[in-house]
Amino acid sequence: MGVIRDLSVQGLQMMLVLALAPLLTGWVRRLKARLLRRRGPPLLQPYRDLWRLMRKEVVLAHNASWLFRVAPYLIFAATWVAAALIPTFATGLLFSWSADLIAITALLGSARFFLALAGMDVGTSFGGIGSSREVMIASLAEPAMIMIVFSLALLAHSTQLSTVAGFMLSSNVGLRVTLAMALVALLMVAVAENGRIPIDNPATHLELTMVHEAMVLEYSGRHLAVLELASFLKLLLYISLIACVFVPWGLAPVGSGLAAAGIGLVAYLGKLVVAGAMLAIFETSMAKMRVFRAPQYLGAALMLGLLGALLLFVSRGGLR
Amino acid sequence: MTGLSFDVAHLLAGGLVLMSFTLLYQDRLSALINVYAVHALVLSMAVAWQAFVQQAPHLYVTAVIALAFKALIIPVSLHRIIRRLGIHREIETMVGVGPTMLAGIGLVALSMVVMLRVTEDADRLAREDLAFALSVVLLGLLMMVTRRNALSLIIGFMSLENGLVLAAAGAKGMPLVVEISVAFSVLIAFIVIGVFLFRIRERFETIDVAALDRFREARE
Repeated sequence: MGVIRDLSVQGLQMMLVLALAPLLTGWVRRLKARLLRRRGPPLLQPYRDLWRLMRKEVVLAHNASWLFRVAPYLIFAATWVAAALIPTFATGLLFSWSADLIAITALLGSARFFLALAGMDVGTSFGGIGSSREVMIASLAEPAMIMIVFSLALLAHSTQLSTVAGFMLSSNVGLRVTLAMALVALLMVAVAENGRIPIDNPATHLELTMVHEAMVLEYSGRHLAVLELASFLKLLLYISLIACVFVPWGLAPVGSGLAAAGIGLVAYLGKLVVAGAMLAIFETSMAKMRVFRAPQYLGAALMLGLLGALLLFVSRGGLR
Repeated sequence: MTGLSFDVAHLLAGGLVLMSFTLLYQDRLSALINVYAVHALVLSMAVAWQAFVQQAPHLYVTAVIALAFKALIIPVSLHRIIRRLGIHREIETMVGVGPTMLAGIGLVALSMVVMLRVTEDADRLAREDLAFALSVVLLGLLMMVTRRNALSLIIGFMSLENGLVLAAAGAKGMPLVVEISVAFSVLIAFIVIGVFLFRIRERFETIDVAALDRFREARE
């Protein structure tokens, strides 16, 4: 019985992230538009876009290789698996014994690798410039992410998210400067990784500073739909990760009943709404940076992660 | 020592180290002065917390001195100085943020390795405070080494002095007389440095200390 329940919890979370991801993006877009005193698209517009793209014919470049056609599915699969590994409303996922924070980082890294390759595959200048920028951002964002993971792992004695969330809920967390730094660093990394405003503007096409959009410029039809869905999923993934680690209240513990799961679900939806609203406010109040400022921004995130890991060694019981 | 009071002390001392890094990161002079004011504010909060934890009322005086002098009087007068020198909009060229940050991280790691090994059987709070204070001092020195603008050198020196005060507050029982005399000597040093700034400016028409080097080379 236990296995079946675990499996259903895991399956439910996988479906939930897939279903909610476009809605979250729609919510952020709508709110951003409202903050700019525009009316904005309806909340369900991302679903409609995906549906429309799914039915359209795929237009391929003549010199597109097999990689170009396979990459969207690889990227989507890696992102979905990574998103499925993060506890959203209940901990104790079935797959968490085999996959932890490091695996999530690696999955996201491989998704990015294929995206950068696909951007260069057709050989247009936009794709190449997008790929090179993406790799420049990644080369600083990934070490920062890894440092955050190390800090959390040193604190919670585990890299598994369920254990980390359990630790954060327990009373022996205390007030730690390391956690504050890790949170700020993770927020900065999340903003950069999702191509949100100080680094990249998700709402524009055909602009010389774009990163993500430049790489997917050659895609059309269902390939584009899959890639868009993967990028929606990535935003949801980072928000769930932050929610799971830093605001784990409401998460249903292992083997709890339906009521706890219901509370967890409501809490999770609440967290998503709040996080989306905060992202929208942040994005409307910031100006986009020049691309060459991005290394400084991410260097600060890396510095915070490193400093947090260092400060852990003098904090109470950091090493034990 | 309960967990929470240690955690708050840790938070404030760690915040001081973070502000030192923010000082290293700034390249605009007026922003640098503002960050220095926050640095001193965090210091006075850390010292006040130490006073509360150690039940040492004279440390409250230290905190008030830090707040009044270092967080208010010195930043305000520094702002006036750069305004009078007409450099309040200037951006300082420096070694480069990335290498400086890495060097700073290395110094913090070094001070922790040294302090945690040396003070093995000391009180936990004092131990942690000393490690942080040493890193603030080293970061202040790093700032004085990597900057070329005389005003940044002053700020590096002041932040170094903040680290000393943190160490003194953590090591139980620095007499009040010593603290007051240190505070006043810093103030005097500040005035002297301010005079020197104007003299350097008068003679070289810049406060970039590289100009001093060029002058010396020309004479040799």
